Amino acid sequence: MTSTAIPELVGIPSFPGVAGSVDPAVTSWHSVCRVQDLEPDWGEAALVEGRQVALFLLSSGAVYAVEQRDPVTGAHVMARGIVGSRAGQATIASPLHKQVYRLSDGACLDGAGSSLAAFPTRVVGDEIQVAA
Amino acid sequence: MSVRSTPEGTLAGTPAGTRRIVVVGGGPAAHRFVEAMAARGLDGRSLTVLSEENYLPYDRVNLGKALTGHADLTLGDPSFWADERVSLRLGSRAVRLDLDARTVHTRDGAEHPYDELVLATGSDAAPLPFPGAASAHVYRTLDDVHGLKRALTLLSRSLGRKPHVVVIGGGLLGIEAAAGALELGAESSVVNRSGWLMNAQLDEGAGQALGRLIAGQGFAVHTGTAPSAVLTDDDGAVTGVELADGRVLPADLVVAAVGIRPRDELARRANEDALAGGGAAPFSVGPRGGVVISEDCSTGVPRVWAVGEVASFGGECVGLVAPANAMAEVVADRLHGGSAAFPGFDTATKLKLSGVDVASFGDAFAATPGALEIVYADPARGVYQKVVTTDDARTLLGGIFVGDAAPYQGLRPLLGRELPAEPGAFLTAAGGGSAPETELPDDAVLCSCNNVTAGAIRDAVGGCGACEGSAPVQELGELKGCTRAGTQCGSCVPMLKKLLEKELTTAGVTVSKALCEHFALSRQELFDAIRVLQLTSFEEVLHRYGSGAGCDICKPTVANILASQNSAYVLDAGRGTLQDTNDRALANMQKDGSYSVVPRIPGGEITPEKLAVIASVAQQYGLYTKITGGQRIDLFGARLEQLPEIWKILIDAGMESGQAYGKSLRTVKSCVGSTWCRYGVQDSVSMAIRLELRYRGLRSPHKLKLGVSGCARECAEARGKDVGVIATADGWNLYVGGNGGATPSHAQLLAQGLDDETLIRYIDRYFMYYIRTADRLQRTARWQEELDGGLEQVRRVVLEDSLGIAAELEDAMARHVDSYEDEWAATLKDPERLRRFRAFVNAPDTADDSIVHVSEREQIRPATDPERVLLGATIPVRGTEGDLR
Ligand SMILES: Cc1cc2nc3c(=O)[nH]c(=O)nc-3n(C[C@H](O)[C@H](O)[C@H](O)COP(=O)(O)OP(=O)(O)OC[C@H]3O[C@@H](n4cnc5c(N)ncnc54)[C@H](O)[C@@H]3O)c2cc1C
Repeated sequence: MTSTAIPELVGIPSFPGVAGSVDPAVTSWHSVCRVQDLEPDWGEAALVEGRQVALFLLSSGAVYAVEQRDPVTGAHVMARGIVGSRAGQATIASPLHKQVYRLSDGACLDGAGSSLAAFPTRVVGDEIQVAA
Repeated sequence: MSVRSTPEGTLAGTPAGTRRIVVVGGGPAAHRFVEAMAARGLDGRSLTVLSEENYLPYDRVNLGKALTGHADLTLGDPSFWADERVSLRLGSRAVRLDLDARTVHTRDGAEHPYDELVLATGSDAAPLPFPGAASAHVYRTLDDVHGLKRALTLLSRSLGRKPHVVVIGGGLLGIEAAAGALELGAESSVVNRSGWLMNAQLDEGAGQALGRLIAGQGFAVHTGTAPSAVLTDDDGAVTGVELADGRVLPADLVVAAVGIRPRDELARRANEDALAGGGAAPFSVGPRGGVVISEDCSTGVPRVWAVGEVASFGGECVGLVAPANAMAEVVADRLHGGSAAFPGFDTATKLKLSGVDVASFGDAFAATPGALEIVYADPARGVYQKVVTTDDARTLLGGIFVGDAAPYQGLRPLLGRELPAEPGAFLTAAGGGSAPETELPDDAVLCSCNNVTAGAIRDAVGGCGACEGSAPVQELGELKGCTRAGTQCGSCVPMLKKLLEKELTTAGVTVSKALCEHFALSRQELFDAIRVLQLTSFEEVLHRYGSGAGCDICKPTVANILASQNSAYVLDAGRGTLQDTNDRALANMQKDGSYSVVPRIPGGEITPEKLAVIASVAQQYGLYTKITGGQRIDLFGARLEQLPEIWKILIDAGMESGQAYGKSLRTVKSCVGSTWCRYGVQDSVSMAIRLELRYRGLRSPHKLKLGVSGCARECAEARGKDVGVIATADGWNLYVGGNGGATPSHAQLLAQGLDDETLIRYIDRYFMYYIRTADRLQRTARWQEELDGGLEQVRRVVLEDSLGIAAELEDAMARHVDSYEDEWAATLKDPERLRRFRAFVNAPDTADDSIVHVSEREQIRPATDPERVLLGATIPVRGTEGDLR
């Protein structure tokens, strides 16, 4: 695991979008794994700076990272949920009680539940990087 | 709790000012009365029920099920009797009423004072009016049924052949008893004095048609001859039945079903007591017996009411449960200050004999002046349909249906109303079409047993607020629970289903069976499409039938269908991404994200050596161990990356995945069976193991459980399983559609006396039929209830192959059996597959330190939130010493 601070990129993550709940001021990019380490649509947990992150490579090629902790139960399991879509937006369902979250910003799409933290991601060469 | 069978004193301890209500009798009428009282409120009241029988009130209507199977007929939820204001005294027979002192005396010498008294003593079987009557059995109570069964078993044993059973009386009960005896392996025949069967409900044409149908059932019918004696030998054993024309029918056992006699002896005795004391008789007794009541169900004796079969109204006592329920409701209402009135008898009847469709209702004999009878009869086919109307052919007065009673359901609620079409349109057997759609008025009674109107059903569908949560009802099961419609005799269920569907459609409620936003198809439609087109991946299925990227509903459903149809390893080729939480890890995720591991223990049989291996794995990985309800061992607290190591040890010791994580076969529970048990009649363990090894790995709409009991004591609780197998001396009895859980249901008898091969063939067909046609996450109980035609349809498909698909279903099962592979063995074989069990993609072997366990009763458990705070989440999960792991 390598980690490099790239101040000039802060706040404008390349792909897939702006994270909702990460303070750009303190982020730095961390290489986590290679694209080929991940199976499309099969989430995996990753350790980023000691923090558990759920990492998803979708069959569309998009890469998302959200908090691994399930806000409802406190268990660190989000990577083991089912990836899907709701009205065209990519989602992840908690494997425990099945609340659905938007992958792009971690918003809970089932009622007023608390959302997941989402982290900016990008692919550099074949490296997947997460800002945290 | 106040269910007692011991004699007790008077209602000592009842708070002063409490109104003491005493009910004599513990049958369906008494039960309904107590329920109706409880529903209206018991404040300031105490209820004492004196019941002579030693059972909780049970459903006599379904006594036939106890005769041919092991049905639990208890009415309502037994915990109902736990209310401290209700005291049910079983085995307590009332012998005398003291109307002046207002007390009831019971045989054990106790005295029960009452403020209100309800007589619900029912009736008993009328004795045969000729010599030998004492040697005949009757068919009225559970004890009668047990006696009959015992006698038949002893007879077959001592005679070494099928016993001959002659039933005297060709009414509803006689036919039912004869059919039951036949099912129990006897030769059975019915003798009826009248020229045709069910002459109280059917006219001659209908009776002849019924005779045809009955002959096809395999028992003999002798009509138009009066029996004159039951013959016995010197030892008192029955040898035959003598007929008035001199013939003698050989018989080893005789059942009398010649009518019922109201149990009005308490009223008669009170009358005698009064007359002896020089007073006037307080009760009036009906022309054919029974305690006379008026519209409010009062007897004319202050504070004394009568309900059910003992009550005589308009000169009649009627042996049906619907009026008994209606009367019980009337008295409960009156005792709460209401003014309900008994509307008169609804005498509609439907024979509950499988394969014989008979219904009669209203003015079946066209006794109304000027009544018209519109009839279709085809004696050769055994079909008879008749609609009775007023002289203008517009208002429905009654009808009779034999052989094809389909129109009965729709017509019955229209009794006394204008027909929506000309009467001939309802004689469906003539035209081959189906009866006209009928729009039921709100006040039309749909379920007469529980007096539920079409309006009440509509209210429930609309969300009337009568039930908890007041959510609109959308399923048959809910509807039954909420309105009680269809819960007694069940004959209105098809009608109920139809009305429910219609109401949901008009309410715009999506009765759509669409799986989710990505698929407009139902599970069954998807299953068929995937099968016919031989699709093998979610992408193909989505491409053809769906949209979007799928979700946690459609993905596992498609994964499950794919797994049911071809047994490829479930996590390969992108299928892993479709799997639900547990399937994904081939283990059961617990609340803290750790997993439990369950090796298969077929039939619950395990060697000490394997037990030792399980124990050592548990010790080595610090797992919490618990015995499951399915007779195996669950090991809790394993982390994702530990699963392969754990399984390696288990598999090396000869074990395999128990698939506790799958919507698939779980366990086959068994008792120890004839090998060890002194009661067992068959080897239940061997059969359980055989079944478990056959169906292991079978993915299905929901989990599947089986049970095999070695005798009728049913120690394996097989009837609480999707498939229950119970041994009898004549072979296996097969029950289907049971489950425990939130809405428990007892499995229903599908077939009996089966040999091993037939048993397995039937289970093959049953499971595959279920897998093909059930909804997502629909268990077998719900499935067979919602299936068009219900259990009868299951019987036709599985036993009679009515759809011609039996061979296909068996082939599908054979393919499953041949291609079964242990998923964990398959996982360990392939390093690519093992990658799915790493802890972190960038730190495969680092333990997840968010999983924190503490010790309780010498084992681990997940730490609670406060404990986690106290311990910090950095404490190593797998330590070597101390309490924290
Ligand atoms: C085999 C069979 C099939 C049937 N099928 C149908 C059907 O398909 N449809 C239908 O509508 N009806 C059917 N019936 C009739 C239905 O079961 C009765 O109408 C119903 O049971 C009447 O209820 P009840 O409570 O009035 O009387 P009962 O069921 O007779 O109950 C009376 C109870 O009171 C007890 N008792 C009597 N005297 C005393 C006393 N002195 N002290 C204490 N306890 C006493 C009796 O032991 C009994 O337990 C069937 C009946 C039988 C036997």
